[in-house]
Amino acid sequence: MLRYAPHLAIALLSGPIIFGLLATLLPAFGYFPALGGNELTIGHFGTLLAQQGLWRSAWISLSACLITTLVSLALVMAFFAAWSNTRFFARVQHLVSPLLSIPHAAAAFGFAFMIAPSGWIMRLVSPELTGLTRPPDVQILNDPWGFAMMAGLVIKEVPFLFLVMLAALPQVRPLAHQKVATGLGYGRMAGFLLVLGPPLYRQMRLAVFAVIAYASSVVDVALILGPTNPAPLAVRLVDWMNDPDLTRRFMASAGAVLQFLLTALALLIWLALERLGGVVMQRLAASGRRYSRDRAARLAAGSAMMLTAGLVLAGLGVLAIWSFAGYWAFPDALPSSWTMKTWSRHLDAVGAPLAVTVEIALAATLIAVIVTLACLERETRLGRGGGSRALGILYLPLLVPQPAFLFGLQMLFLAAGVNGWFWAVVMVHLVFVLPYVFLSLSDPWRALDDRYAKLAASLGAPVNRIFWRIRLPMLLRAVLAAAAIGFAVSIGQYLPTLLIGAGRWPTLTTEAVGLASGGDRRVIGVYAFLQMALPFAGFLVATLVPALLFARRKGMKIG
Amino acid sequence: MSKKAGRKSAATGGSLCFHDVRIALARRRLIDLDTCIGPGEVLTVMGPSGCGKSSLLAYVAGFLDPAFDASGNITLGGRKITELPAEARKVGLLFQDALLFPHMSVGGNLAFALPHDPMMNAALRKARIEEALAEAGLSGMADRDPATLSGGQQSRVALMRVLLAHPSALLLDEPFSKLDSELRQQIRDFVFAEAKSRQLPVLLVTHDPADAAAAGGRVIELTG
Repeated sequence: MLRYAPHLAIALLSGPIIFGLLATLLPAFGYFPALGGNELTIGHFGTLLAQQGLWRSAWISLSACLITTLVSLALVMAFFAAWSNTRFFARVQHLVSPLLSIPHAAAAFGFAFMIAPSGWIMRLVSPELTGLTRPPDVQILNDPWGFAMMAGLVIKEVPFLFLVMLAALPQVRPLAHQKVATGLGYGRMAGFLLVLGPPLYRQMRLAVFAVIAYASSVVDVALILGPTNPAPLAVRLVDWMNDPDLTRRFMASAGAVLQFLLTALALLIWLALERLGGVVMQRLAASGRRYSRDRAARLAAGSAMMLTAGLVLAGLGVLAIWSFAGYWAFPDALPSSWTMKTWSRHLDAVGAPLAVTVEIALAATLIAVIVTLACLERETRLGRGGGSRALGILYLPLLVPQPAFLFGLQMLFLAAGVNGWFWAVVMVHLVFVLPYVFLSLSDPWRALDDRYAKLAASLGAPVNRIFWRIRLPMLLRAVLAAAAIGFAVSIGQYLPTLLIGAGRWPTLTTEAVGLASGGDRRVIGVYAFLQMALPFAGFLVATLVPALLFARRKGMKIG
Repeated sequence: MSKKAGRKSAATGGSLCFHDVRIALARRRLIDLDTCIGPGEVLTVMGPSGCGKSSLLAYVAGFLDPAFDASGNITLGGRKITELPAEARKVGLLFQDALLFPHMSVGGNLAFALPHDPMMNAALRKARIEEALAEAGLSGMADRDPATLSGGQQSRVALMRVLLAHPSALLLDEPFSKLDSELRQQIRDFVFAEAKSRQLPVLLVTHDPADAAAAGGRVIELTG
């Protein structure tokens, strides 16, 4: 059984992606017999390119993903350079880490509620500073350039890159190197960036690529914050895919191929930027300048990080307030009355998507945890570590733009008659849940002192007993933490649920995003609040269970 | 109690013998050993770190990293153990650290080691564990959290845990090096006395000449 675990993991990850991509290609070139497409043609690309504003849509997607990634990475890198190994850093870390588990859509709604013309920031400063008693007539959300969307993506990508960099940091021996640089008279930030920056970046490159791929094809955040006329490419693709006129699926598939090429182009541009950055860093390092006066830059980096984290947290707070708000006139910072009406009115409606969300997330997480444990246990028994090749496969689902393979997968499932099946939705969630579960569990698993297992074996315990009685309980905390992350990832999935679920499995995320255009803040507040509360509930369980089980075991507190 | 356990292992026990055992890493010969350790005897292997003395223990216990090339046979009481899986070799291991399983109570750690025996009900097993604790001077501590024990107490629990599994030989991997000097003497005497009373062959790996002197047996020096 265990022997086939890695094969199973690879099949679960790459199968849907490879078959999905192939199945996207065929209709893009005209072949889809069920819709009457029997011969190969490139005509659908012609139709695609003739769509109004298509290049504009593609340009928005391309610029948005590059700017988002650049800003997020610069912000995180600058913050680490300015503050790592300080008490302030530790505090910010506790603030930022939980933000990772919040679904993109919930964070985007919170952000929208903050920055909108009638949003909370404007309410805070009005009418005292602005003199406004009515919301200003300016377009902040859904601006044609996509700035609101980029900002909404940045505040969610920053926690992700923050945690990735945090995990990579010990491998570049920060303290020793920083001491050398400081000893030579380099400023704190310059010393960090010039000495640790390049190796640190190399460690987290795949994660950065994942951010680019995600931002280049994001749908839910774009629907909430992005431009509408024209919308970013991925949003328009999904529109065509869901069009009642089924023949539009040919064009949608052609568009998915374009999306794939666009993401590839973005990655290529990024590779060029990497080169450029490398040369600049070398020049700077060779110039011998010390940049020892970096107080202002440090304060700026610290403030920017606080601002991003603060925006997300405050946004979530405002979501909660809206869901309980009675009458709330414009310049007031708080509602003039509070009510349970919104909750009681929508409690029935919200029950079904809540249950579906939990069922899908639990099923996908359970499978992901079992497969991951099987792979890691096999690796331990064979006594070899996972190579970098395995890591590449884990990142595959995060590097391929979602529409490019989900469109084809949906058509494959339709042809097979399984589209809209519960387990089909679980399987496609698994494609995204499994990498996160694996990535978060493999490090603590491999870090466990292997002498415990040796000792148990020398006491006569067979391998299975060692797994169940020693390794699993000792790593229970890490297993549950990885499960909580997988649970959160599943809750946040929008496009896979929408396309593969065929509308039969409404989740909190699909429902919340569906409410975006309606703009009823109270109802959005209810859905988005639940959407962010659910991952927190997962983490709470993951923390409480081991704490209760091992309440009387001091040795289990740290590990 | 120790007498009873001693008789038991003496019945199944015997010498730990190395037949032309050679271990090499990247063509560099680390170990070349052809000798027997008799029941109750201690063989000390000394040398600086990296000389391969731990790889010898790993080979006996069944954990040698595949990067090493090892040849030769090891027999324990006439039984060839080299091809057996680690859990079937009946060699007890003690490391530098006590490595008590942190998620189990002290009694749980000992129960994990005590082999399943259809003739023994839960009460008997519990009594057996309590006896072992008493022997280590730790009466009534079965329900304690191992993390709350002192270093010396942890070492003694670790030894009792190994002995409860009825090993036919003991492998000691610098087991005293992390204890402070007064405690070290005390634990050392306790370990050697228990091994002697059970007539177990003992392979001790150390870089501390005082350990070798206290063991009182033959000493093999590895230069590395």
